[in-house]
Amino acid sequence: MARIDIRDVTKFYGKTQVVHGVDFTINDGEFVVILGPSGCGKSTLLRMIAGLEEISGGTIAIAGDVVNDREPRERGCAMVFQNYALYPHMSVAENIAYGLKVAGVPKAERLVRVQAVAKTVGLDEFLERKPGQLSGGQRQRVAMARAMIKEPKVFLFDEPLSNLDAKLRVQMRIEIRKLHQRLKATSVFVTHDQVEAMTLADRLVVMNKGVIEQIGAPKDVYDRPASVFVAAFIGAPGLNLLPATISSDGHSLALADGQLLGIETARYPALKPGPVTLGLRAEALNIRPDRQAARQGSLKAVFDFAEELGVGQHIHADIAGSPVVIHVDGRHPYSSGDRLSIGVSPRDLQLFDSMTGLRIAEVDAPVPSMTHEHLFALDALA
Amino acid sequence: MTGKRVTFSNTWLAGLLIAPQLILVFTFFYWPAGEALYWSFTLEPPFGGENQWVGWQNFKTVFEDPLYWNSVRISVIFALCSTALAMGIALILATFVDRQLPGYQAYRFMYFWPYAVAAPAVGLAFRFIFAPDAGFVSALNQWYPGIWNPARDGVDAVILITLANAWSMVAYNFIFFLAGLQSIPRSLTEAAAMDGSGVLRRMADIQFPLLAPTFFFLVVINLTDSFVNSFGIVDITTAGGPARATDLMVYKIYSDGFKGKDYSLAAAQSLVLMLLVVSLTFIQFRFVERRVHYT
Repeated sequence: MARIDIRDVTKFYGKTQVVHGVDFTINDGEFVVILGPSGCGKSTLLRMIAGLEEISGGTIAIAGDVVNDREPRERGCAMVFQNYALYPHMSVAENIAYGLKVAGVPKAERLVRVQAVAKTVGLDEFLERKPGQLSGGQRQRVAMARAMIKEPKVFLFDEPLSNLDAKLRVQMRIEIRKLHQRLKATSVFVTHDQVEAMTLADRLVVMNKGVIEQIGAPKDVYDRPASVFVAAFIGAPGLNLLPATISSDGHSLALADGQLLGIETARYPALKPGPVTLGLRAEALNIRPDRQAARQGSLKAVFDFAEELGVGQHIHADIAGSPVVIHVDGRHPYSSGDRLSIGVSPRDLQLFDSMTGLRIAEVDAPVPSMTHEHLFALDALA
Repeated sequence: MTGKRVTFSNTWLAGLLIAPQLILVFTFFYWPAGEALYWSFTLEPPFGGENQWVGWQNFKTVFEDPLYWNSVRISVIFALCSTALAMGIALILATFVDRQLPGYQAYRFMYFWPYAVAAPAVGLAFRFIFAPDAGFVSALNQWYPGIWNPARDGVDAVILITLANAWSMVAYNFIFFLAGLQSIPRSLTEAAAMDGSGVLRRMADIQFPLLAPTFFFLVVINLTDSFVNSFGIVDITTAGGPARATDLMVYKIYSDGFKGKDYSLAAAQSLVLMLLVVSLTFIQFRFVERRVHYT
């Protein structure tokens, strides 16, 4: 069992810095997902933990030992690679057992352990085959088995599911989660797929351009993205972002076309008048019935098109010149150009500094539960 | 091949385009080979006139000659040793360059130069370097007089031509080994490193097995080359001596044919050598290419 301490780690390739002082701790037995777009430094960070990439600055400690100058084999990590990296000239059994063979485990014991591990990943019938004769999903399992057999302190996953088709990906995701529940080994999983990240992670680390944007439980990151970048990256669809301006009295904000929305000023102690970015979750928006459409305070939108999801629809519309996605449960018979009235609770408004992109801190405590009446009263204020 | 093929509908133009190559191959390979075949079954009268058909007589003479078998023995030793040496050194160099040790860009560039040096030039260089009285190796003779003298000691002479031949083949092997090593995905060696395998163990378990196709290809190319292309080195350094110690098959053909003026015997010998090379090539295409292949 092992905790990983990453202290102010940097990485340079020549003069190009790809990781800028990353600092966080992965607790013993925790499943941490590092999420970010390609080129954000997440794989480099993982490879530095593994020992495949030199650490330019800072320290990485596994189970309390600083491992900067340790060979990969001295770190007690096992890794699952994106392209599986199976040894093509070895059978499945030899692939899985290779780590044990190198460690000098006797052949008889190797056989028993290979059998056991192969059974858990459902490979026992394929042990004699060469990797070239396996399907993508089977190869993935071999890679998993190879990592599992050494019972490592730490599991590292480098986008292991991105070469699989959608159905298999969901299946393997579930299996990895189950595996972690059983083995309870510290795991670091790198991906650019936010659904994968949300479903697997105990804790999520969102990276962008070599910097950590946010660390937190998936739900917290989803509910309270720390920056515009995280907001747009997390969730399918990402947070709707609209430019807005806070009025001089701080009680309302105006969208680009002048529409006004009331805000609970008390929630945002740091809020100053001026430009902000308004964030709205697709699920937090609802299309109001026609009779309320005319009422003051609702957001006016123009229907563009609807995406069918099966469980509901994503309504794509335009609010004050910005494209917005609204999640609805049923089906709506709108056609392109229809005018909609969109309702939103003041508690669902998320505000970001329009310059830095950072979230404007809010205090949650004294917010009374609100009904629609309150809501409209607030609207009337604005 | 099941894919679409680009075909020439204009056969006349196609014929014209391949004609230069065909003429070259015919003039310098098929025609002389045909002549050799004819000569090897006939006897040319020493004072001119019609060739006389003698059937297998020339081959019988060749195979009954102990000097020929001496030549075969030396050729095989020479080919095996220089192949082993050239490939061994090339593999070590390629591994260093592949691991990107300091200065590898310069090595990668320079290692190919020896291949561009013509065999007689290589022979001349080695003759000077390994001259027992004045070369770099003369230091050996200072330390133990007479230990190195390729002009008198047959073993020394074989070592000399083996070194020279190996040196000129290292570059070629190096390029192939390096290409082979670099085509192995990095993630494989990384996976092996994660599996606890050190540098040497990774080479033995992962890289060298995956180099097997390159390896077998080079074995055949090196052996063939040692049998066929060693004339220049032998002629300049030892001229077959001392006492036929370096009388390789290809050199014996030359000396029997052009010094001894026995074209028929030389033709028979070159036919034997050609069959040897053809069978090596056959092995290459038939067995090696098919069996040593990973997907």
